[in-house]
Amino acid sequence: MSVSRLAWIAASALVFCVIVAAWQQAADARVFSPVFFPGPDRIWSALHRGWTQGDLAARTATTLGHMLVGWLLASVVGVALGAVIGLSPLASAYLKPTLELLRPLPASATIPVAIALLGLGESMVLAVIAFGAVWPMLVGTMHGVQSVEPRLLEVAHALGMPRRRVIRDIALPSAIPDILAGLRLSLTVALILTAVTEMMAGGDGLGAAILDAGRLMRSANVFAGVAILGLIGMAGAMLLSILEARCLRWRLAS
Amino acid sequence: MSGLASRADRARGLCLPLGGLLVAEAAARISGLDSTTLAAPSAIAGAGARAALDGSLFAATAQTLGAAFAGLVIGVVLGLAAGIAFGLVRPLDRLMEVTVELIRPVPPVAIIPILIIVSGLGFRTEVTTVAFACIWPALILSRSAVRGVEPRLIEVSRALRLSPLARIGKIIMPSILPNIVVAVRLSVGFALIVAITVEMTANPVGLGYAMIEAQQALDPALMLAVLLWIGGIGWALNALLLLLAARVMGAAARQAPSP
Repeated sequence: MSVSRLAWIAASALVFCVIVAAWQQAADARVFSPVFFPGPDRIWSALHRGWTQGDLAARTATTLGHMLVGWLLASVVGVALGAVIGLSPLASAYLKPTLELLRPLPASATIPVAIALLGLGESMVLAVIAFGAVWPMLVGTMHGVQSVEPRLLEVAHALGMPRRRVIRDIALPSAIPDILAGLRLSLTVALILTAVTEMMAGGDGLGAAILDAGRLMRSANVFAGVAILGLIGMAGAMLLSILEARCLRWRLAS
Repeated sequence: MSGLASRADRARGLCLPLGGLLVAEAAARISGLDSTTLAAPSAIAGAGARAALDGSLFAATAQTLGAAFAGLVIGVVLGLAAGIAFGLVRPLDRLMEVTVELIRPVPPVAIIPILIIVSGLGFRTEVTTVAFACIWPALILSRSAVRGVEPRLIEVSRALRLSPLARIGKIIMPSILPNIVVAVRLSVGFALIVAITVEMTANPVGLGYAMIEAQQALDPALMLAVLLWIGGIGWALNALLLLLAARVMGAAARQAPSP
């Protein structure tokens, strides 16, 4: 990373600090009602108190768990189904139209149905997250598998490779860039749906906590919860871009 | 030949949805289904038809689409304005980087409780949440598109001494139009999801609330009818935007990323 790049990041961090300081000044001067917009100091103390004395840490863990398990479920189903549809024209003919019908369904609209079917528990939360997060992965894998270099498939055919090995050794590795892009989009969707389902289902995640705090007009607690959700999203995106750089190194090298 | 093959493929594609419908209907008839969570396809169609006839379905649709559209327009316009400014003025972009990257990962639905405190349960909360969700695709796509504008065009606009506004209107906007269309396509999907979510949690009108109401009234036929209707709207909007994109950019539009 070059020096000028670091300097710009430092400058832009400074801009952020100035914005926060201005916000603090405005809050102290009561420019806006503290009921609506708490100052950064009150948000920080709500975060600190919630983390050390309250249940904020436990709630964050619950939310992370929901998001990750739902996302993993979606990843497994999405990659498997995407590979099958991408490789077999027959499977594609049977399955694709149905999937195209399901795909535009807004994931949050499935929540009432999931509640009716599965109740307000964990399985409902995970099912909704998985349903919503499966699409980017499915589409990405499908696209990646379909755009495998045809000569590689011919070589595999000439070598008499069994189908399972073709999938494992040729189709999936060359679909990795598309799968990774799908993983990243899915993670965003998974976080959004985690927050929504937790709001709808109650329970002990962050989503329910911020909605309850909102209804009780505890704005500092709301902002604290929103900040944690934002940090989760940012950490997830950063981890995935590191993973992406690692996994795609062989591409740059070749 | 290809026509024949595609007809066979079309028939295969219909197997699963139609077969599923028949099996569901038969299972419901044979078991004498009387459930609070499931309904026979014929009952769903009946409930949908009743809701359509008494006008409640269309009233709810108008509420949902109205709020989603209002939020979409506000969000896309704000996102475009910021994206063009960031694309044209690199130092501004670099100075705002940390702030933008800190706000962007916040899930749009997470700001619903903040808005409940600020503007209560209602239309404004719904529109603001939708707008917040729709800012980002417009901002990011227009920012990178502005940077990719042919530099010679910018030089021409300088030579012609166009004012900054004329430069944006005559040079920048036309050349980033395809990216704007992609951003709108992405945002429409978000807008519908977010609007329905807000209606379930914070603004008791529209299709989202209609579903919750039906679920709580233990009326699965109506709930599933509304769900299917929402799916149909999502599908129709997507098809409409694909058509629009094809008119704006030609066949390349079909390769555009989907939400």
